[in-house]
Amino acid sequence: MDLMEKNLELVEIQKLEGHTDRVWSVAWNPVSSQADGVSPILASCSGDNTVRIWEQSSLSRSWTCKTVLEETHTRTVRSCAWSPSGQLLATASFDGTTGIWKNYGSEFDCISTLEGHENEVKSVSWNASGSHLATCSRDKSVWIWEVLEGNEYDCAAVLTGHTQDVKMVQWHPTMDVLFSCSYDNTIKVWWSEDDDGEYQCVQTLGESNNGHSSTVWSISFNAAGDKMVTCSDDLTLKIWGTDIARMQSGEDYAPWIHLCTLSGYHDRTIYSAHWSRDDIIASGAGDNAIRLFVDSKDDSVDGPSYNLLLKKNKAHENDVNSVQWSPGEGNRLLASASDDGMVKIWQLATKP
Amino acid sequence: MVTGLINENPIIYPKKERRLRTDSSTTDEFTPEPIDQLEIFDILNFGNCNPFVVDIKDPEHPNTLEDLRVVTEDSVEVDDENSYVRVTFTPTVEHCSMATVIGLCVRVKLLRSLPSRYKIDIRVAPGSHATEDALNKQLNDKERVAAALENPNLVEMVDECLPSEE
Repeated sequence: MDLMEKNLELVEIQKLEGHTDRVWSVAWNPVSSQADGVSPILASCSGDNTVRIWEQSSLSRSWTCKTVLEETHTRTVRSCAWSPSGQLLATASFDGTTGIWKNYGSEFDCISTLEGHENEVKSVSWNASGSHLATCSRDKSVWIWEVLEGNEYDCAAVLTGHTQDVKMVQWHPTMDVLFSCSYDNTIKVWWSEDDDGEYQCVQTLGESNNGHSSTVWSISFNAAGDKMVTCSDDLTLKIWGTDIARMQSGEDYAPWIHLCTLSGYHDRTIYSAHWSRDDIIASGAGDNAIRLFVDSKDDSVDGPSYNLLLKKNKAHENDVNSVQWSPGEGNRLLASASDDGMVKIWQLATKP
Repeated sequence: MVTGLINENPIIYPKKERRLRTDSSTTDEFTPEPIDQLEIFDILNFGNCNPFVVDIKDPEHPNTLEDLRVVTEDSVEVDDENSYVRVTFTPTVEHCSMATVIGLCVRVKLLRSLPSRYKIDIRVAPGSHATEDALNKQLNDKERVAAALENPNLVEMVDECLPSEE
């Protein structure tokens, strides 16, 4: 499918109703969507203090809520993340804790609660191997947790450096490099040079190096891991790149460099950006719309540029807080979560 | 807690004469009437015609935000067609530490009164506060507002400033 044909549309497959407050975030189970014959599973979390697990029936293709994770978090569940094995779900809550839930197939049990942050936990992320977790909070800190035997989690590091609340943490898709973005307008990169777990802030991407001029809300990587997109309250998306081969060879830290800024497309805060496996960037914003961007493939001296592929107006009746592409190849499903209390499943399809 | 008032002698302004609302041109009762500037202003409770509606109070004083000219009719901008409201308020003193609470009260009142389709921006008047940019950023970060509204102490403080909902 040629993306630049511009005959694509985002078709609403189903509206998932059930949450009784705004939905903050969605996460696709990485395993379920890849294997043939396994039904796709999606988790959503909300201001109603619950997490809902949605599953698509292999027969009817329709989505239903399989289970509700409740009575553990006492405040908003701000974000959730599946472990790479798809067996564990981590949930970050405004109650100051991070829950670890084990997937027993038909039911989920909270097997561990990570305590330590002084106040609201806003985001949680697993590294590529599933050996470590990162969390961040309004207390301005980023914590790294080591996964031990017997459902034990040890705090391996408390990273300080952000001067305001930290909105999101995201591990690099292949290497143990951690990224965090904040209300202080910066993105920080944390890395352990000697592989000894002594994580240091090795780079701060701020306004002085073409960074954002307001709160940075989210971070996402392309499949190769050599590009990153960030989105902000400054109404722009920014694309960053690095020499991934240099880092993978173990030489030394390869810094991230600003490649381009996508401005003029959004007029309210951009809360979420997500890079698909086939290189489409989706954004969800405070104007109720979902937008898709692709590399224009124009080789210019100024570096890469990205074009708006399509804009779905009124994707939701209120702010779009999260957009996530399904991890499976080819099917191009997008999930979105909104202040209107809905989760929606979309398919990127060719117009008839 | 605050000992002593931040602004001990605020200026109390007389209430402005209410302009009459223009009659709607349509007579069809099923046509929704657009929400206008005066209506938002009245939602923020500067209406003195309804004895059951108590105005939003200044957190420090028994006066309303209108009495203190913290919010005036002109500081409300509304675009009903695009479901957008912006309220610009003027704290009584430049270092008013209650400005965050006032802003939160205005937001909560509008959240409770307006249809959910509305986008609401709250800001302090340019030059009216020492930490203007920081205040504007905080008042419009919906995650921080959501977290604040889960804090029982803050909600109690906001509720004390807002008229009862009955």
